[in-house]
Amino acid sequence: MSLRLVGNKHSVIGVLDLQGGVHEHLEHLERLGVAYKRVKQADDFTDLAGLIIPGGESSCLSRLLNIFEIKNVLLEAHRRGMKIWGTCAGAILLAMNVVDEAPCLGLINITIERNGFGSQLDSFVSEALIPAVSPESIPLTFIRAPKIIDAGADVNVLLKIDDYIAAAENESILVTVFHPELTGCLALHRYFALKCGLKLADDSRNYIDPLWKISSWTKYAGIA
Amino acid sequence: MDTKRYELNVQLAQMLKGGVIMDVTNVDQAKIAEEAGAVAVMALERVPADIRKDGGVARMSDPSMIAAIKKSVTIPVMAKARIGHFVEAQILEALRIDYIDESEVLTPADEECHIDKTKFSIPFVCGARNLGEALRRIAEGAAMIRTKGEAGTGNVVEAVRHMRTMNREIRQLAQMPVEEVTGFAKNNGLPYELALKVKELGRLPVVNFAAGGIATPADAALMMQLGCDGVFVGSGIFKSADPALRARAIVKATAYFNDPQKVLEASMNLGEAMPGLEISQIPPEQILAGRGW
Repeated sequence: MSLRLVGNKHSVIGVLDLQGGVHEHLEHLERLGVAYKRVKQADDFTDLAGLIIPGGESSCLSRLLNIFEIKNVLLEAHRRGMKIWGTCAGAILLAMNVVDEAPCLGLINITIERNGFGSQLDSFVSEALIPAVSPESIPLTFIRAPKIIDAGADVNVLLKIDDYIAAAENESILVTVFHPELTGCLALHRYFALKCGLKLADDSRNYIDPLWKISSWTKYAGIA
Repeated sequence: MDTKRYELNVQLAQMLKGGVIMDVTNVDQAKIAEEAGAVAVMALERVPADIRKDGGVARMSDPSMIAAIKKSVTIPVMAKARIGHFVEAQILEALRIDYIDESEVLTPADEECHIDKTKFSIPFVCGARNLGEALRRIAEGAAMIRTKGEAGTGNVVEAVRHMRTMNREIRQLAQMPVEEVTGFAKNNGLPYELALKVKELGRLPVVNFAAGGIATPADAALMMQLGCDGVFVGSGIFKSADPALRARAIVKATAYFNDPQKVLEASMNLGEAMPGLEISQIPPEQILAGRGW
């Protein structure tokens, strides 16, 4: 397994812990062997190399970012170099343009449409090869997913499917409309950790972990 | 429903964790709920407090009203079917909402059978008072569980009882030697395979929200500290003096449930909460949690 980097300054990846798929990301970071923590208060941002904004409901997350003034702290941390990855709702929060809505953080030049596929009955799984991220094809889980319908010239499109973009990045921001944290795929977490400047051993389990199970998240969400 | 579809349905509930699902009876309320930060709305004609007051048979809501709410928000829309009424569930699936609540708040259509939820592609959430009830619903195909509590009372005591009961039974199961599981499963009506799963995980294998009687930010934070994954608020919001304000406050308190300073801030100046009902004052035949088994 890869090297654990506890203690070094700016070597921690945080997961924004306001609402949504927090435990699933914590579980993947643990599997990958990087230092991680939950991020909920302004003080939590001080030592972050990167921040994951999980899936959840973007309208709920954006409201919570605003009411406790986490938004400005987050933007300030980004200005001093913190990288950010948004999955699903997280991608909506990071977009500069949201169809029919005001943008929240506006850190990547994409246009995104909330709930682009329909109801839960239209949620689906598929797989795709993202050469920059993994040598092999990875599983993709779309849950009431948004669609990225346009990207600016300064945005690197990582995965395009049919008429929409499913993964993209700029220098400091990564967005995916699917949920790697809901599969055994660690490749995106690995890719983001490298983007944050962390060092990882080259281990095949850092792409797809065969030991991951659908219930693995429950370890981080125990009863009282 | 194939395994993959079921997993996707469990995973949608995972994305709702830490959030508040609010009962709404019209488009205006749905918009207030979404604006306040609800992670989903439950579309129904009457909130439980009114169902309780009006009496009579409570059925699935008019689909046109549910459709109008679905059109007005981008967050997931849930709606209730009567316990055992699989045709109401078929209608709600045809309406392509996001989640069905097979709910004791409505008058049961079947006193022997709950809906065979494995026949559907749409996910179901079901109420439970204890671990056995939760696991029986999961065995029938429920992708999410909630405590029953006692809906429409504004009294959190039953939700607390149900959550504590589930937690106690899970802890017992987690600690017992495996040869005792058979007897424990038999005595408490637990499907055996699922009992083993709960023993292995130390919690339910699906998301478990609190419901039934939550009326204040403190109630929501209490249920979260007791280990639930999120909360349903039924009558508590739109039967209070200032629904928009209270809705926002409950969202805040649910997210920051373990931060007393923030729950304090959320609790200030909310106006009147919904009127509460003492459980012992409710005639036994009007106890909703007793519906289903």
